[in-house]
Amino acid sequence: MNGDAATIAALLAVDPVGLGGVALRARAGARRDAWLGLLRGLLPPGGTMRRVPLNITDTALLGGLDLGATLQAGKPVGLKGVLAQSDGGIVLLAMAERMAAGAAARFCAVMDTREVAMERDGLGTRSPARIGVVALDEGASDDERLPAALMERLAFSLVLEEAGEEEDHLEWSHEEVTKARALLPRVRADDAVVRALCAAAQALGVDSLRASLFALQVARVAAALAGCDAVKEEHSALAARLVLAPRATRVPPPPPEPPSADEAPQEGSPPDQPDEPPAPADPPPPRGEAATEQDAPAPPQDDTAQMPDTDGGSEMGERVLEAAQAAIPAGLLAALKVAEGSRSKAPSAGRAGAAQKSQLRGRPIGARRGEPRAGQRLNVIETLRAAAPWQRLRQGQQGAESGTQDGKRRIQVRKDDFHVSRFRQLGQTTTVFVVDASGSSALNRLAEAKGAVELLLADCYVRRDSVAVLAFRGKETEMLLPPTRSLARAKRSLAGLPGGGGTPLASGIDSARALGDQIRRKGETPLIVLLTDGRGNISRDGKPGRAQAAQDAMRAAQELRSSGMTSLLMDISPQPQPQAQLLAREMGATYVPLPYAGAQALSQAVRAVAALSAKAR
Amino acid sequence: MALTFPFSAIVSQHEMKLAILISAIDPTIGGVLVFGDRGTGKSTAVRALAALLPKMRAVVDCRYACDPDAGNALCPDCLAARSGGKAARTSHLMPVPVVDLPLGATEDRVVGALDLERALSQGVKAFEPGLLARANRGYLYIDEVNLLEDHLVDLLIDVAASGENVVEREGLSIRHPARFVLIGSGNPEEGELRPQLLDRFGLSVEVKTPAGLEERVEVVKRRDAFERDPEGFTAQWKKRDEQVRRSIVAGRKRLAGVDIPDSARQSAAKLCMALGTDGLRGDLTVIRAARAYAALQGDAQVEDRHLRTVAAPALRHRLRRNPLDDSGSSARVERAVSELFGD
Repeated sequence: MNGDAATIAALLAVDPVGLGGVALRARAGARRDAWLGLLRGLLPPGGTMRRVPLNITDTALLGGLDLGATLQAGKPVGLKGVLAQSDGGIVLLAMAERMAAGAAARFCAVMDTREVAMERDGLGTRSPARIGVVALDEGASDDERLPAALMERLAFSLVLEEAGEEEDHLEWSHEEVTKARALLPRVRADDAVVRALCAAAQALGVDSLRASLFALQVARVAAALAGCDAVKEEHSALAARLVLAPRATRVPPPPPEPPSADEAPQEGSPPDQPDEPPAPADPPPPRGEAATEQDAPAPPQDDTAQMPDTDGGSEMGERVLEAAQAAIPAGLLAALKVAEGSRSKAPSAGRAGAAQKSQLRGRPIGARRGEPRAGQRLNVIETLRAAAPWQRLRQGQQGAESGTQDGKRRIQVRKDDFHVSRFRQLGQTTTVFVVDASGSSALNRLAEAKGAVELLLADCYVRRDSVAVLAFRGKETEMLLPPTRSLARAKRSLAGLPGGGGTPLASGIDSARALGDQIRRKGETPLIVLLTDGRGNISRDGKPGRAQAAQDAMRAAQELRSSGMTSLLMDISPQPQPQAQLLAREMGATYVPLPYAGAQALSQAVRAVAALSAKAR
Repeated sequence: MALTFPFSAIVSQHEMKLAILISAIDPTIGGVLVFGDRGTGKSTAVRALAALLPKMRAVVDCRYACDPDAGNALCPDCLAARSGGKAARTSHLMPVPVVDLPLGATEDRVVGALDLERALSQGVKAFEPGLLARANRGYLYIDEVNLLEDHLVDLLIDVAASGENVVEREGLSIRHPARFVLIGSGNPEEGELRPQLLDRFGLSVEVKTPAGLEERVEVVKRRDAFERDPEGFTAQWKKRDEQVRRSIVAGRKRLAGVDIPDSARQSAAKLCMALGTDGLRGDLTVIRAARAYAALQGDAQVEDRHLRTVAAPALRHRLRRNPLDDSGSSARVERAVSELFGD
């Protein structure tokens, strides 16, 4: 067992609530099971370890009405959810990398308040839920990651490689952990420790203050585990390495000399307790980094009374940072790569979230109250469940109303009981055609473009996708066809499309984005197909002027890209235009010049892009 | 109920604290939206509010905590009692409700539903008020508001606008007052808010992680001290919290007397025109927030500096959205402010 892995298990076992938990990236297998077994062995008696499946219902998770008991008792009986049942224990989240943001938020709320606030099925309760979370992350690539909000609330992140190399078995006994748990409330951490950890966090670009708080708590737990009643430097170094390093978003400016043994003489104060035994929290030197690892917890130093300057240049701060930086270069670099990967997506992160949310609508979320209409299906079980508690009341009422026993129905289901199932919507796509119908385009190949769109429409019809058509000419954009599945209507609206006038390109792109947003909010995926020659001459405020119009169009294109919608730009000018290419680049759109593509080819291109966007989802 | 982190112990985050105080002085401004980075104390501030607010007078045993002095904005129970000519209803002081709307709450708990217990045991049709009833005259707090289920959002939009909750379900037909200050917090990375819901919030605040090391150290130190000894820490800050509470009480008293000169109204209108906000709600909110801020500060009339301070929180979520950058709207408001008032 890897030294860090064993250390994390011990730290977590001492204070699962204070540390939140661990994001455990590992394949299902012997190593993961061994680690979980290790953790289970260290938990206090009575500390449960409950496994929560990914698609757990809210009732099972948070609690709700216990129907059987309720009907039997004749009064509402609540059912505790898994979270409340796990109070004082550990919750294992299976396949946490596929968890939706909404589901993660439920966990986060519980971890923040340490209680389950349940307002369901006519019951409102609060039950304590002091839990630690082990999020099992089986993500194969860096694209599959835990929801950020959940990650944020877990102190550790641990990667277990499947083919584990043979390592020292440095583990903690149950007694040590129990002792540490008792000692923990008395462990002091002075200001220098706090300052050093905060400075290290800042230097590594760790913004969230939760990380600093976790680091402090980890340092304290590490001290308790070592039997110390005050946090020493090696403990903060360990905390920085385990908590801050994996969250690093930048490498701090390198120190003038490599972080190695020659760091020690540079420090003014000689070690006060040179024969301090190495804390057990100090991991064994497992691999090649042995040298640096041993150096990282530099000579223990007494509480530095000196006032560190504001940029965190205290000696302790430096060494804590160094520990984070130097001890696990591989881990840090890997973490940085991941962080960079996620940061490169950052500009669209807000929108990515929106897309996630609409995806969430498509996931199977069970049933919800509502009447079956617009193709929704009645969920019979849920409907009966909802009706069951009221039967006695209704029977009584009806008896009173009709006064006879004959008309009495066995089970009375009313409109309010209806529940409809919600199904996974398999990537319903709405293709938005934005057609440039200005004079310049009309001259070129508006007719051809129309032909291409018609072909596409037929294709969309086959796939039961919806289409919408926007046309821009003159000063503004007109919606020729709101999203529909009617092929005939689409054809008609296109056939009647006149050409001529100015090219309000920016307006066209803006309208496409607005429509795309609307489509997204319905839980569908928009695909924007822009047919233009890229030469706008009407700016956003409707005034003619090529320069301003081009600028506005670029801006609109950038906004479209930042919204993260998949788009395709068809250049309908006779020769491929650099302007159109530039616009496509700004939009993040696939660029297809029409001269090289007949109507057939265009239809194929759209199909390819649609397939791509479906895969990306 | 567990102790909450004291409001006055929250380090920096002035805009957020100010917005919350303004909404406490003038609840008609319509709620606060707190959006920002993770780990910046969004939820902490809102939860701290409950302990901070001065108590309010309410009818004893009223499930909607009706104000005994209210005219007709009473719940059905109180109206019936009054028209029944009963003796003066007794009232008592109670803490202002700050109600959490947890994600995963079901609709029946939010709006209220048939009382299950009485239906089962006695066969009686009775209404059991939900969270909206409990939040009446207080606060409704939604953490991760952008992740709230759509059908609950629809419901909230309706009630937040009308101040009345209409229940038509399970054979019940009830309407009761549900005037609450909506407070939402969330992380913009996890999704955006529907524009209709966005519009219901009077003020919107952006919180960022404190940049300075000193501040960060202070945050960690205080939070840690609180975690380790909640009672002691809360006691330590009790005096400061008391001061804040007094300033809220004093501000509320002063509010009606704060003068709004025409020049201030004009400035607000100019500001909104410069920013191109939709509708007049922006103008109104700026003026109201500035008045509440003046009352909080103990000033007799609204001045430019009040408008300056509240312009960003009152307007930034009302601009035409520019999805390129969220911080852009704050910068735009600031630019408009400095253009109008000079630097």
